[in-house]
Amino acid sequence: MKRTLSAIALSLACTLPAMAQTYAVTNGRVVTNTSAGIIEDGTVVVRDGDIVAVGANVQIPEGATVIDADGGWITPGVFAPVTQLGLVEVALESSTNDAGADDSPYSVALDVADSFNPAGMHIPTTRVEGITRAALVPSSGHNIFGGRGALIDTSGDADSVFDTGSFVFADLSQSGASTAGGSRAAAWTFLEAAFGDTRFYPGRYAAHPEGDALHRYDAAALVDVVRGRMPLMVEVDRAADIRRALRFQAENPPVQLIIHGGAEAWMVADELAAANVPVLIDPIANLPGSFDRIGSTLENAARLHEAGVTVAYTTQSADGYWNARLLPQHAGNAVANGVPWDVAFRSITLTPAEIYGVGARYGALAAGYAGDVVVWNGDPLEVMSAPTHVLIDGEETDMETRQTRLRDRYMDITDDTPYAYRR
Amino acid sequence: MIFDTWKTTAALASVLVLSACSNGGGDTTGDDGAGSDDGGTTIVRHETDPYPSTYTPRASTPTLIRGATVFDGVGGQIEIGDVLMVDGRIAAVGTGLEAPEGATVIDGAGRYVTPGVIDIHSHLGVYPSPGVSAHSDGNEATQPVTSEVWVEHSVWPQDPGFEAALAGGITTLHILPGSANLFGGRGITLRNVSGRTVQEMKFPDAPYTLKMACGENPARVYGNRGRSPATDMGNMAGYRAAWQRASDYRDRWHDYWEDAEAGEDVSAPTRDIELDTLMGVLDGDILVHMHCYRSDQMAQIIDMSNEFDYQVSVFHHAVESYKIPDILAEANACSAVWADWGGFKMEAYDSIRENLPLLHANGACAMIHSDDALNIQRLNQEVAKALADGRAAGLEITEAEAWAWLSSNPARGLGIDDQTGSLVEGLRGDVVLWSGNPFSTYTRADQVWIDGSLRYDRSDESLQPVRDFMVGQPGEGDQ
Repeated sequence: MKRTLSAIALSLACTLPAMAQTYAVTNGRVVTNTSAGIIEDGTVVVRDGDIVAVGANVQIPEGATVIDADGGWITPGVFAPVTQLGLVEVALESSTNDAGADDSPYSVALDVADSFNPAGMHIPTTRVEGITRAALVPSSGHNIFGGRGALIDTSGDADSVFDTGSFVFADLSQSGASTAGGSRAAAWTFLEAAFGDTRFYPGRYAAHPEGDALHRYDAAALVDVVRGRMPLMVEVDRAADIRRALRFQAENPPVQLIIHGGAEAWMVADELAAANVPVLIDPIANLPGSFDRIGSTLENAARLHEAGVTVAYTTQSADGYWNARLLPQHAGNAVANGVPWDVAFRSITLTPAEIYGVGARYGALAAGYAGDVVVWNGDPLEVMSAPTHVLIDGEETDMETRQTRLRDRYMDITDDTPYAYRR
Repeated sequence: MIFDTWKTTAALASVLVLSACSNGGGDTTGDDGAGSDDGGTTIVRHETDPYPSTYTPRASTPTLIRGATVFDGVGGQIEIGDVLMVDGRIAAVGTGLEAPEGATVIDGAGRYVTPGVIDIHSHLGVYPSPGVSAHSDGNEATQPVTSEVWVEHSVWPQDPGFEAALAGGITTLHILPGSANLFGGRGITLRNVSGRTVQEMKFPDAPYTLKMACGENPARVYGNRGRSPATDMGNMAGYRAAWQRASDYRDRWHDYWEDAEAGEDVSAPTRDIELDTLMGVLDGDILVHMHCYRSDQMAQIIDMSNEFDYQVSVFHHAVESYKIPDILAEANACSAVWADWGGFKMEAYDSIRENLPLLHANGACAMIHSDDALNIQRLNQEVAKALADGRAAGLEITEAEAWAWLSSNPARGLGIDDQTGSLVEGLRGDVVLWSGNPFSTYTRADQVWIDGSLRYDRSDESLQPVRDFMVGQPGEGDQ
């Protein structure tokens, strides 16, 4: 992450060949998310999908398509760490909702990428708000596990899943306790048993496909988690449950946890920092919505930051399919409640990428990063700002959505063209 | 993670007592429903306000906020203006105002002053935090017509959501039953003050309201039980049957009063608490607030209101209102909407971000609403988004005009616009001083006055209420 950007930028600027796939995004306030900080009047050059130059004095390559930020902001694309984009079209219509699988005999083995539909209507509406990358988090089903998560871009292209088996999701909150049989003890015992099954996989399944907790396929899918090669995302809010999760990590090396929820994480901030466990929180979730979240507060984000905890933000209190697009607003409210701007912005860009192990490729504007660049007409965390251009993998994307089409259809009520003929 | 649509969209109904006359609550005679007219004939008139407000404004000192940007809530803006509150009321709005003797003077330089925010759609108190099963108190989902229930009888005054909303500038809020039922019950308008009883929160003399619901929710709730309504046409049949009963009931009572007042020896009809509420609507005393999403359904409801001769005051959610602003304006029906929610069910699929500004631009009455215990804390941001999206689509709307979506328009929808919702001399001193432009994400309410009394101060813990539930809990007093 620590690159000497200006040097790289300058050296590359002189040698860039002009190509059809070259963009120069210029005349804006560039937020790099690197040691280069914010460049007040900068340029970002993207070639063949990747960023090749970032700086204040970057030469625009001949033949490059120039995108004039018009004094606005130029930032890395937003990375939403918890979404169900492409999994849900209409939440209440189960035929269009692949977020979870209550009736499947399988759990950990479920690969959320198999459910993902890049043509979902909510992907463009999310993209035009500046979100270019997202993690897909499956909901838990018949046991505490929801399956394996994946990472996508929001291009809507057929190849928009760029990482699979990115983590395994498990619910250890009050709902997970309920699923497991009625208590936290039941949920943690199930998780311990699942790890036990997996440690002895495949041997313990030689005679029978069922283990103490997991079906053979599910145990196979959990191997990378038990061996610390794939994070385990656990949903917990209550301080006591977070401490229990930290104890689980300590007792089961080399497992790596990601805490999702974390309403009372501020009460456990020092332990989280010491254990180097990242936390995914919604910074606006401040009500005691359940007895798991009595300590909810708008101060959560700032207190975790001050304690040195790695934090990324979510839209958990809204939803993950229609309004994952509100992530910049949620981050802005973290700033309103004490988090430094650059920290809050990283919490929706570089930090989530780092949590998922892809922070060397996404979440910053520097040579070698993917060409995910967003141009905004103002501060991206301001609710009245909006993107004017969104590049993903170095290609400019469409700013029209089904919602803008409906808007345009009904803009003029004096036109006597029948509405269905307004195409 | 999937938000609780059923709760969010459900509605209850309400009941009214008989109006003895065409007035709202409060001015009927007699104990237990009987009043004695001159001439010796006892004419039965039921009490219309049996659970009266006991709210009284707290004592206040005159307060002058000087040198702030002022949005008056009805489209006006003063760049560097003053707002004076005296005796709990707006005493003056202008420039260069003199402070009365003993007044508290606040330097508003760089800050903004607005009317207090009114949320016309809240379930605080009836779906309170924490959301345990015992707190699911907003849908009497046992039969589709429950006009006899009153949501104020479910409101838990200790919901911590009330104080969180206060920190977001909410001074008045309208609590509705959910939308499980065709007629969900009677709604109630509250001052956002702490009280041991809900009566201590009730907005004095605010009209009662009736919650009704269209579309998927009632059809799903009852259809899944194998009973009517199971479809949109079943919904319409259910409403119409109830309105016909109400119409007959109203005729019986009006005939009775007419005959009794003429000195005839007549017996009063049997009282029906359910039909009391519907009669109140037909008499114009109770305002109809109707949960509907689709434009075609709202048009059917408007026809039905003409069939039975009543007025729909406000359609709630109304995600497709942008498709029929002309029909809504003609019907004099307002729309209370979100900035950008949708997708949770099929009837919410055509939600667009420009709904609110398009309604405004096309001459229909529109306002923001929350329907949510978190969103109610930042309705200013919700309006900011709607305003920005409207402008991006080419609509010319000022910030001051948009503030009407937060205060004067919801006040109109609740029938209290002669009491609050704008900074106009004589109205209640419901005022918010914001740390900056309230359409910025970074701005927060610094101070909130209700009836001229400072009820919230971001920099003074003694002016940050803590409901009983949070006492002794982790995070007590945190926002």
